[in-house]
Amino acid sequence: MSATLERRLLTRDRGTGLLQKLWQIPWSFVLLLCAVAAVGYVALYSAGGGAAEPYAAKHALRFGFGLVLMLSIALVDIRLIARLAWLGYLIGIALLVLVLLHGNVGKGAQRWIDIGPLQLQPSELMKIMLVLALAAWFQRATWERMGNLLFLIPPGLMVLLPVGLILKQPNLGTALITGMVGAAVFFAAGMRWWKFALAAGAVAVAAPIAYDHLHDYQRARITTFLDPESDPLGAGYNIIQSKIALGSGGLWGKGFLQGTQGHLNFLPEKQTDFIFTMIAEEFGLIGALSVLGLLSLVVLFCYLVALRCRHQFGRLMAIGLGTNIFLYVFVNVAMVTGSIPVGGVPLPLISHGGSAMLTTMLGFGLLLSIHVHRDAEFGPARD
Amino acid sequence: MSGIGLRGVRKEEERRRSVFTRRAVILGAGQLGLFGFLGSRLWRLQSEEGERYRTLAEENRVSARLIPPPRGRVLDRHGAVVAGNRLNWRALLVAEQTQDVGATLETFSRIVPLTEPERQRIEREVRRRRRFVPVAVREFLSWEEMARIEVNAPDLPGILIDVGTTRLYPEGEHLSHLVGYVAPPAERDMDGDPLLELPGIRVGRAGIERHHDLALRGRAGAVQLEVNAVGRVIRELDRREGVPGQDVQLSVDAELQKTLRGKIEEGTSVVILDARNGEVLAMASQPSFDPNVFNAGVSTAQWRQWTANRATPLINKATNGLYAPGSTFKMIVGLAGLEARVIAPGDRVFCPGHMDLGDTRFHCWQRHGHGSLDMRGAIKLSCDVYFYEVAKRVGIDRIAAMANRFGLGTDLEIELPGTKKGLVPTRGWRQAQGKPWNLGDTIVHGIGQGFYQITPLQLATMAARLATGRAVQPHLTRSIGGKPARGGKAEDWPSLNIPDRDLKLMREGMWAVVNEPGGTALGARLPGALGVMAGKTGSVQVRRVSREQRERGYKAENQPREWRPHALFVAFAPYDNPLYAVSVVVEHGMSGAGAAAPLARDAMVETFNRFRAAPGARVAEAGRG
Repeated sequence: MSATLERRLLTRDRGTGLLQKLWQIPWSFVLLLCAVAAVGYVALYSAGGGAAEPYAAKHALRFGFGLVLMLSIALVDIRLIARLAWLGYLIGIALLVLVLLHGNVGKGAQRWIDIGPLQLQPSELMKIMLVLALAAWFQRATWERMGNLLFLIPPGLMVLLPVGLILKQPNLGTALITGMVGAAVFFAAGMRWWKFALAAGAVAVAAPIAYDHLHDYQRARITTFLDPESDPLGAGYNIIQSKIALGSGGLWGKGFLQGTQGHLNFLPEKQTDFIFTMIAEEFGLIGALSVLGLLSLVVLFCYLVALRCRHQFGRLMAIGLGTNIFLYVFVNVAMVTGSIPVGGVPLPLISHGGSAMLTTMLGFGLLLSIHVHRDAEFGPARD
Repeated sequence: MSGIGLRGVRKEEERRRSVFTRRAVILGAGQLGLFGFLGSRLWRLQSEEGERYRTLAEENRVSARLIPPPRGRVLDRHGAVVAGNRLNWRALLVAEQTQDVGATLETFSRIVPLTEPERQRIEREVRRRRRFVPVAVREFLSWEEMARIEVNAPDLPGILIDVGTTRLYPEGEHLSHLVGYVAPPAERDMDGDPLLELPGIRVGRAGIERHHDLALRGRAGAVQLEVNAVGRVIRELDRREGVPGQDVQLSVDAELQKTLRGKIEEGTSVVILDARNGEVLAMASQPSFDPNVFNAGVSTAQWRQWTANRATPLINKATNGLYAPGSTFKMIVGLAGLEARVIAPGDRVFCPGHMDLGDTRFHCWQRHGHGSLDMRGAIKLSCDVYFYEVAKRVGIDRIAAMANRFGLGTDLEIELPGTKKGLVPTRGWRQAQGKPWNLGDTIVHGIGQGFYQITPLQLATMAARLATGRAVQPHLTRSIGGKPARGGKAEDWPSLNIPDRDLKLMREGMWAVVNEPGGTALGARLPGALGVMAGKTGSVQVRRVSREQRERGYKAENQPREWRPHALFVAFAPYDNPLYAVSVVVEHGMSGAGAAAPLARDAMVETFNRFRAAPGARVAEAGRG
């Protein structure tokens, strides 16, 4: 494709100008995101002991930066994004390899790279790049083609490669989420039910084998989950204290800045992994369900974008991004309520953390671009 | 694309869209369902069980406490306790249960006075540890102090009385070099075991206590308590018993050790091994120290006294004293010569009382010479010239290799941390220091003098290996938690691969030393019924004797004590069926025959008596399995 054509794609699309694109952006959704981020600000203000420093102010700044990033991406033509998908995937893989070789170690795992003042977790970025690449692979596949096993093998490997690299870090939680996001795209693209069942069976068989290769701290998480009281002062301490905090919040909560568990430091990592607990303790069941509701709306919006999109690429992207957000929220809340093992997964837009905020907003930018360019013409499906 | 018409394209697009929509709805419904599950989970936690959790959170709260497991005991080979536990009443402080740590300590101080350093230590620990972990305020409380604290409990929020244990070493200084001692863990001991954060916990600092620390320590149990705001326990919610530390049984005979230590003076060490499997039956070093004082912390004055003492009570001379082996080394040189075939057992060497090399003269201890000797005679009479000659022929490196095979200058892996490896010099070692190795050096080293640094433990090991022909290693552990440790059987140890004929010759020579008229240690013969001992004397100069001194009639006994030679003796018995191996080193004891050999004989007699009379005798006689 020539450079002139690319320029045309970037600036004009069937007569749609930049202003018109801005008009297409669903501002109600942007407002929703601001509301969620505001909840984050309030919670982090409390986590900071009733002060904007050290968490809340930074959070607001990062969100502002993320908004600009999101809106800029929203204006980029979706077909250009589709063509750059492979490049993005390769960069994601390269960063994952880099983090294995030179990354900084936290909790016995190699996870992030320092880029100036920014800490980048390539595994977060990888999930989005994987969704992009899978959507690009499946965008023109017909129903018949989806029935062809040979056609499914390359994308299968595209999922397994980053999952393997993330497992090696080792970051079990993120590896599982990455695998599930990939699976969601496969499913939405029309992979046959029985093949899906087969693959799920294979994973079920492989799981006990994988358990043998887990690191001690990961096994500790699983055993602690199955029996939290077995280690009440160690790993189980977090879950027990989190449940006490949640439970003691009751229906209406103890009130803003009144959470005893959080403010007396019973609650570990309250600004990141356990921020939801903090909210639930201070604002009660009502507050917790409201936050959960807001985040459900965000996921719902992803589905609406998917259903309204007229090209397969955008649909698959939107499903993948929506599932990614869903899994973040689900794993985090399930973790703090003691429903699944502790996983170190943040709550999107609410937890303190620059890298997660950046990748989340990048994902929403792509989602908006899909919506803005929902009528873009891709080539027809082919075998 | 080419084969499909416009209508086909549209149809396909419709199909894809409908499949996608269906599946998106399924996915969405599934995710909605999972969110619903989270919602119900929150409902259960916050609404239905909210009351329970509120109690836990607000009435301050669930307090989880670790239960320290009793530390495993250390037993001697007959089951006598050599390291045990005794009760210790103490006051603890739980920081999360008081508003003001300083005020609580202030009040406490009015009841039981606290010194300023004590308060600083407590405040430091409070800062360092998690707020629910109790910190020891004062240990070893008397009944009266305890009663006063209990009466004032309402004014002492956060303080609780607790009965713990403290280490007790009934044998005191007799076994301290082996059993070691315990002390509060330092920062570098923190290996992630939450047990180490508990107040009053001790970790092994030396000896067996340190080597087997993990087995002795056990695993912490935990108890979850519901406590009210002043820290009074309302009820126990859950309890999980820990795993008590395992008992470690040693091969040492505590009685034998005590008897032996009663016989030796400062600067002397004695090692008795079971020659068949390397078990240490006794290992005595004078002077020693009382390990019990480490419990409450060692005072600076006490520490200074120990470290300033030139007799080094803290150091186990049996494992860390380094000596040249002197004439006890001659069997090694003989074996090296036999193996290299530079000399045959029957070959005779004439000893005129000295050997000349260039213009250097090397003297035999017998100034008038021994005359013509074969190897057996050379060992019996400890002729220096004979072994000068053998060393000259075989070379230092083959001597060193043979010495290493007998454990000299090697790490014997005994369970005593910090044990010295010593040194057996080689040509390469000397050259690495940038110095040449001369033939004269080889000759001097042929009689066990020179650069050697050998421990008494290595000497005893050498004696055991000579007696059995197996590469036994000395060890102290018989069993851990009832499970026998490795190395208890003779078959556990590989053969040294030295021809029986050669070993037999050395043993015969050693037999002659003790039992044949003219032998250097005739006085060390065992009393009739006990059996026959074979041994070898040695004495090593600690200063070089110059020619003028020699001409002026040098006599070691006229020298100041610290210039007198060390006395050594190695032995095994019974000669025809070796059970025990012994080494004795008497610092500045003048002569092996005079100072060391009688001690070795006494040690052997005591050992025989112990194992004939004691119930454990059968075990020792019959070996294990």
